[in-house]
Amino acid sequence: MSVANTLYKRLAPWAVPVLLIAGWQWAAVAGLIGSRILPPPFDVLKAGVTLAQSGELWIHLKISFWRTAIGFAIGGGLGLLLGLITGMSRRGELLLDTSVQMIRNIPPLALIPLVILWFGIDEGAKLFMVAFGTLFPVYINTYHGIKSVDTGLVEMAKSYGLKGWPLFRDVILPGALPSILVGVRFAIGFAWILLIVAETISASSGIGYLAMNAREFLQTDIVVLAILLYALLGKASDVLARQLERIWLRWHPAYQG
Amino acid sequence: MTQTTLEPGLGVALAIRGLARRFGTQTVLHDLDLDISAGEFVAIVGRSGCGKSTLLRLIAQLDTPSNGSIAADGTPLARSGIDTRLMFQDARLLPWKTVLANVGLGLTGNWQARAREALAEVGLAEHADKWPSQLSGGQRQRVALARALIHQPQLLLLDEPLGALDALTRIEMQQLIERIWQHHRFTVLLVTHDVEEAVALADRVILIEAGRIGLDTPVALSRPRTRSATGFATLEENILNRVLQQPEGRPSTPPAEPAIAPGALRWAL
Repeated sequence: MSVANTLYKRLAPWAVPVLLIAGWQWAAVAGLIGSRILPPPFDVLKAGVTLAQSGELWIHLKISFWRTAIGFAIGGGLGLLLGLITGMSRRGELLLDTSVQMIRNIPPLALIPLVILWFGIDEGAKLFMVAFGTLFPVYINTYHGIKSVDTGLVEMAKSYGLKGWPLFRDVILPGALPSILVGVRFAIGFAWILLIVAETISASSGIGYLAMNAREFLQTDIVVLAILLYALLGKASDVLARQLERIWLRWHPAYQG
Repeated sequence: MTQTTLEPGLGVALAIRGLARRFGTQTVLHDLDLDISAGEFVAIVGRSGCGKSTLLRLIAQLDTPSNGSIAADGTPLARSGIDTRLMFQDARLLPWKTVLANVGLGLTGNWQARAREALAEVGLAEHADKWPSQLSGGQRQRVALARALIHQPQLLLLDEPLGALDALTRIEMQQLIERIWQHHRFTVLLVTHDVEEAVALADRVILIEAGRIGLDTPVALSRPRTRSATGFATLEENILNRVLQQPEGRPSTPPAEPAIAPGALRWAL
């Protein structure tokens, strides 16, 4: 019973994607959708296998992954740092928060012309876009997390002699962590979106480039493959972020049992 | 291990002279004098807003007096270096630390063994590796008590620590606090609004009315006390009547100087 139950819980979330793909395959084979519009999933798979065998797929995957990872590390790191400063110091909040909030309200896509002027189609352009988009979700959630740490706990910890680094490490950071991780998950999702935009506009490698290049040669199967890869990569990074929550928030009632 | 946690320690004597605390135009404590001897268990009762919690916060040095002084064993409190521990109405455990790590908060070196010992003393040895969220309200308060005990306090301040517990757990906790106090002999100040609890635990019950001491009565009942003991109910009733005869927030004798509008105090805390 419980084995069947676990199996059900494992498989149920994949039922809808599998059904969709099956329906798609059927519609393509039955001729309801032209292969120029949407090639059958089997053709997409074949294109994927061919690209994987030639090694081309891995090169593009790797470069897209690194762009996201480095861009996120820069943007998320800066967001965390700024959030910690404004969250913990009144002076920092006074000096920085207004500026950060103003920059936050610039849509990242509005920066594209400027970014191309600055960086051309260099790596810098992609990294800048990803970093810019991930900074603010992490910043806001870090700031909010620190502001919402229970003041009763801080008072208690101070009465037990904690101050400075131990107070931060044992009370303030763990108290803010649930909120920070929400920001991280949000930022990771956003990082992929911005990378796609950056890669489709100007790039000579990466999954976005793969898709744009395939479009030129009317290779719809590869275009669809690139789109599916983004979906899988997004899901994979979300799983990773959830794993972090499971490890760091294991004390939280929501993550027990 | 050079020392064990659970060595009986000696309490500290407090001498409070002319203590006053004003918040803006409101005077919460008026010129208060109070002597507490070493190892004494004193309960402070009074209506909401009478200033009893303010008194406790002043003694805990979480707040500074507007006037007057507090001395511990003859030296001013700030320079006395005595170890004071405060227990709040909520346990204030860090949810991201295990029960054991909560007890060892702020300790360095090899504290684990001592923390286990302190947990055993409050009867929670087998819960050491749980998260606070897995404990009941009463158990959490016992962890908070263990956390205070591990520092071998000379003065334990209890700010309605049992206020949020159910009746049965309260009685259990009262017995536990009494037993631990009898073992360690530190000085205890218990702020409570429950007169029965005060009579059950304290050597002396002090009633604070509108920032002054309204009643200071010894409890001459032998321990362990039962609610049915002769004199228990009478004493409880006397104190309760005294609390009730006071209109809320109004001093029994007119203040020497017109300090504040009596109506304002009602909302002081």
